[in-house]
Amino acid sequence: MIHQYKLNGYNIVLDVYSNSLHVTDNLAYDIIALYKDKSKEEIVEIIKNKYPDLTNNDICECLSDIEQLERDNKLFSEDVYKDVPVNKISEGNIVKALCLHVSHACNLNCSYCFASQGNYKGKRALMSFEVGKQALDFLIKNSGNVRNLEVDFFGGEPLMNLDVCKQLVQYARSIEKQHNKNFRFTLTTNGMLIDDDVISFANQEMDNVVLSLDGRKHVHDRLRKDINGNGSYDVIVPKFKKLVDNRTKGTYYIRGTFTHHNTDFTNDILHMADLGFKELSMEPVVCSPDDEYALNEKDLPVLLEQYELLAKIMLEREKAGKGFTFYHYMIDLNHGPCIHKRLSGCGSGREYLAVTPWGELFPCHQFVSDSRYSMGDVWKGVTNTGLRKKFELCNTYTKEECKNCWAKLYCSGGCAANAYHATGNINGTYEYGCILFKKRMECAIMLQIARAETAD
Amino acid sequence: MEKTKRIKTIETRNLVSSIKNGGCGECQTSCQSACKTSCGVANQKCENTDK
Repeated sequence: MIHQYKLNGYNIVLDVYSNSLHVTDNLAYDIIALYKDKSKEEIVEIIKNKYPDLTNNDICECLSDIEQLERDNKLFSEDVYKDVPVNKISEGNIVKALCLHVSHACNLNCSYCFASQGNYKGKRALMSFEVGKQALDFLIKNSGNVRNLEVDFFGGEPLMNLDVCKQLVQYARSIEKQHNKNFRFTLTTNGMLIDDDVISFANQEMDNVVLSLDGRKHVHDRLRKDINGNGSYDVIVPKFKKLVDNRTKGTYYIRGTFTHHNTDFTNDILHMADLGFKELSMEPVVCSPDDEYALNEKDLPVLLEQYELLAKIMLEREKAGKGFTFYHYMIDLNHGPCIHKRLSGCGSGREYLAVTPWGELFPCHQFVSDSRYSMGDVWKGVTNTGLRKKFELCNTYTKEECKNCWAKLYCSGGCAANAYHATGNINGTYEYGCILFKKRMECAIMLQIARAETAD
Repeated sequence: MEKTKRIKTIETRNLVSSIKNGGCGECQTSCQSACKTSCGVANQKCENTDK
């Protein structure tokens, strides 16, 4: 399978199964498009009509190059992954990452919160150290030979339970060496409680910090309000700046959500960059189609245009020495994920689980408010093995809609929770998300090509 | 980068050979990183030192 597209002046051809990437001129691009459906004679005829100045020799030479790429398995290569075990990474029921819901409470009242203002449609609660400690022990016990273990302090607002976060990090550090493990912590925060103490803790111990900011003040304040209805932009931006300015190791992301109200989200990303932030992420809102801020079909072409615009502006800014990273355009062509990772996807319900304040296990944070998705607890482990099996059978090779999709080895079947919310089935597909994802990948690949050209 | 008159081939990871040398599980879990929804796997870095 191949995917070919034109973007920003580049003719791009991706060979899906070999992961080969080609940049062509117009002639090669057109011949590749005809190659599998037409005979050699037909191709020569069609091309000669379109490019009257070209000789038969020019066309045959190009055809010959394409044939060589096909023989080298760099074009039209076959799918050789059908029989590769999709769950090699989690084989033996390995768990290697936990989303720790240290707080089912929040000090903001964001309208679009998937966690229902932090409490996940349940009781407000904070995780105790004992529950968190048991979760870390569960993780070590179930992680087999995997060394790097990830733990995200999540909520609600995790800084409402800062002391427990600190105690858990201290506990993890005290036992990681003896078990030959390396804990990587992430903090996902709305920023309201950031102070010098938090900055010091986050920058010392957090491998990654995710800071929620939606962009321009009026955009951010429209949906991210405190309990009195006041926008939070003015409170959090100086705190984020101080935290980022003092960050000497690890990554951070300024992470925003865009909605129907800011389909021109490129302006919000540029606003983040103009504030001095360099590591940025912006995602489409996940909500019911009935919500007034939900993205709709009419928004879609606007969003696709925005992604292209963003990519072009990023290149301009890079040339001007003012570049920034956009999470969804990060793609490592040479050292990206192996095929096993690409087949297994996000790992939810298998190697990645969410833990509630009371120690209950769920496939991921997005399923926590749905008791039907309870998987067990941190004391007894995963007891709902049928559910785990369902998630094992949820990947790009089990989804009918993914069968002929060129992006399947980039998205790996997509987000199970998005699929569930859109179709009622984790093995469904959230088509709107697929369209946006594919556009992001097209832009990400184009950026790599443009950068390689600049480097040459 | 390989190049013919009309086609440039950008260097990319050989996915077929990663059937044998991949799957160590040391890489970041996709959803744990910057985003918590709409993630893919393509932007993850490989952390296998034996490949």
